[in-house]
Amino acid sequence: MKSLLATLALTTALTLPGLAMARPVTLTTTLNNYGGDGAYLAFYVTDASGVYAGSLWMAGEKSKYYEHLTDWYRATAGDTSQVNGITGASVGAGRELEITLDLADALFDAGYTLHIDAAVEDMRDSPGEVAVPLTTDGAGAPVKGRRYIANFTYDM
Amino acid sequence: MIRALHRWPGLLALAIVMVLALSGAALSVFPAAERIAALQAGGSLTVDILAARIQSQYPGVEQIRRSPSGRIMAYWFDQGTPGAAVIDPATGQGAASADPNQTERWLTNLHRSLFLDDGGRIAMAAGAAAMLILSLSGVALVTRRAGGWRHWFAPLRGPLAGRLHVEIARIAVLGLVLSSATALWMTASTFDLLPDGGAPPAFPAEVSGETGVALGRLAMLGDTPVAELRELSFPYPDDATDVFTLKTDRGTGYLDQGTGALLSWADLTGWERVSETIYMLHTGQGAAPLGLVLGIMALGVPAMGVTGVMIWLAGWRGRPRIRDNQPASRADTILLVGSEGGSTWGFAATLHAALTEAGHSVHAAPMSAFAPQRYAHADRIIVLAATYGDGDAPTSAKGFVERMEALDAAPDIPLAVLGFGDRSFPAYCAFARTVSDAAKAKDWPELMALETVDRQSPQDFERWGRALGQALGIDLELAHQPVLPATERLTLVSRRDYGADVQAPSAILRFALPRRTLWQRLTGASFARFNAGDLIGIVPDGSPVPRLYSLASARRDGFIEIVVKKHPGGLSSGQLAALEPGGTVSAFLRRNPGFQPGRGRTPLILIGAGTGIGPLAGLIRGNARRRPIHLFFGMRHPDSDFFYDEEMPVWQDAGRIARLVTAASRERQPRYVQDVLRNDAPEVARLIRDGARVMVCGGRDMAAGVADAMAEILAPAGLTPATLKAEGRYVEDVY
Repeated sequence: MKSLLATLALTTALTLPGLAMARPVTLTTTLNNYGGDGAYLAFYVTDASGVYAGSLWMAGEKSKYYEHLTDWYRATAGDTSQVNGITGASVGAGRELEITLDLADALFDAGYTLHIDAAVEDMRDSPGEVAVPLTTDGAGAPVKGRRYIANFTYDM
Repeated sequence: MIRALHRWPGLLALAIVMVLALSGAALSVFPAAERIAALQAGGSLTVDILAARIQSQYPGVEQIRRSPSGRIMAYWFDQGTPGAAVIDPATGQGAASADPNQTERWLTNLHRSLFLDDGGRIAMAAGAAAMLILSLSGVALVTRRAGGWRHWFAPLRGPLAGRLHVEIARIAVLGLVLSSATALWMTASTFDLLPDGGAPPAFPAEVSGETGVALGRLAMLGDTPVAELRELSFPYPDDATDVFTLKTDRGTGYLDQGTGALLSWADLTGWERVSETIYMLHTGQGAAPLGLVLGIMALGVPAMGVTGVMIWLAGWRGRPRIRDNQPASRADTILLVGSEGGSTWGFAATLHAALTEAGHSVHAAPMSAFAPQRYAHADRIIVLAATYGDGDAPTSAKGFVERMEALDAAPDIPLAVLGFGDRSFPAYCAFARTVSDAAKAKDWPELMALETVDRQSPQDFERWGRALGQALGIDLELAHQPVLPATERLTLVSRRDYGADVQAPSAILRFALPRRTLWQRLTGASFARFNAGDLIGIVPDGSPVPRLYSLASARRDGFIEIVVKKHPGGLSSGQLAALEPGGTVSAFLRRNPGFQPGRGRTPLILIGAGTGIGPLAGLIRGNARRRPIHLFFGMRHPDSDFFYDEEMPVWQDAGRIARLVTAASRERQPRYVQDVLRNDAPEVARLIRDGARVMVCGGRDMAAGVADAMAEILAPAGLTPATLKAEGRYVEDVY
């Protein structure tokens, strides 16, 4: 849906300099009908030792609410430059968010994990909503979220 | 200037402000309802005990939250399924569903963004800004009109819409200022324009690595009363690096899940505290009674919106359009208009058009907007001034003379004054003379000598226009057609004749009510609403100039009644005298708010002579509440011009008149109404000392005689008619 090739190449550490070594990956996130306002979602990756490696996408435009994406906020100390240029609107209950990114080949089958933190106004913050290892085999397999995300899939 | 600042934001933002107020009022109920429904924790309960109670019921508890109302919610995972409930703090058990209230959510989204996200938020913030401007400019208008802060709650006079508007506003304005100012702060905060973002403490790099501390060993929790709790988050199961996170009214801290030690802490910043207080003031969350008060005050906004539009429409219709009005700073000719009913504005419009046609740039404004420092390019100032009452400034000229006298020196711009009036009054063009004299006293250069226009005479105006044209060196043709209010045809239903034997042929004329349009019903325009004492303008055949008569009936009587005496050679009274039932006249309504009895139960002293009995009889007919009315009625002879002679005994029996005293000038012992007043001096003085109001209606000489008599009667009590007039307790309707 959204091709962010150019911006991602510039702004995140997760794409390698040569685009030949990257591939387009589509992230599809479907939310439950949890009966609240739009959800803020932070997509980010940690390495094999659990250390934050970089952000992929931020759904939600007001940085004052980012502290409710607790794990992402702890990992980045709330640094909004981590999501500059890769920020979009929050996602309504029951809606689907589809993002297409060029991700470095080196991220796959190397112990990296993709995390999604979620937060909804006046409802429970939900860090670690989804945590899924990035593997070539895992592509296309839907993963359930804890509270707000009905399922999440990444396709290559 | 302030009026414009009040009018335009009001009209432009009307719809948004209405939505804001109504949704805000509805939302104000929720914090109060939540406060009432919330199960409150005991004063001595600490967070560790509460957390232990909840954990024993829900072993997978992840987070406990307390809202400002005292409601406690818990969130947990049970075998991979999330759960949540409102908790009874006494037991730790779930007591109610934790699902958010969908109505409240819907209203909240309507209130803050019209469901339109950021664009909607900005629109609603603009609405709040308009509300703030309206409130502040409204305060300025009310204080200016009342004559200072001390008169903030002074009684109001004038048409109902205006009274209601101010009556509601002076109570509600406090809440509206608070709500709109806090709304703007909250919007600024939402858009990150304020440095009030949270500053949580840095996440601890080092933890003990142990897990499983008993809740009772977390000293910080034991020290925190539940009343201060905002949020307690438990560490993730199986993650030894995670911690307890505690948020209280004071700040945020992390606690070790192995040792219970406080690892780090950050107080709320000053900005955060300010923003939280503002949030509380705006939403009522944590201050439910205040929220309800603000909600009730917000309910005044729709009423003020409707009355405000009615006031604006009334003013808009009362004044003719002036095309191509130039700004004061660029005009070469300044037209200042002092008008009471609006007819002088019609002359101003004609003059404006003619001067503009002749190539001048003209600025027309009410005299009350006199601002000589702005007239940078003006070569002349022309004042068109009507007169109110006995030589007072008309409405649109209030403050002109005072402002002029306060100037260090008169403007160096030549002045012409044209007075409008009616030669049959002693105070003919008195206000215009006052203006002219004050200008001479200030050595204001004169463009033309004072001239006058009698009874809206187009001929007088044309003559003056030619003189003005000569002074300017141009040909000036002022062809003025007086602008009349929209008239309606009224049909005579019945007439009762009096006075033929005493050379004063007169009649009580009763007309049918015209049908009301829906718009008239809603706005109370024209004959849709009137009271005894209001005026009816009758436009006779053969003259565009209306004659005014006092109404002797109110709308609820179901007819329009006047008492008219035939004047020798009088055009209008002659036509009325000849009118037979079934015949019609053209008429319009003009309100007369200065001649009303006011509310309350204080006695009324009504004094009338001749046809002046009309409005007084109307008041008596409407006195169903039996307010004590003392009527002093002067006539020529009881057998000839005793108007309402049939009704008076009936009204007396029904208690609608407490006392009737008559005086007849053509009996063997001639007496005037002021004579019978003097005979009754002690009683009249007593009534007035006790707060009675006096209403006088009749001819000019009679009113002057009554005022003299009253001055004598009141002197022992240290009162004068003038002091009573200043209090609004002595009103006259004189012709």
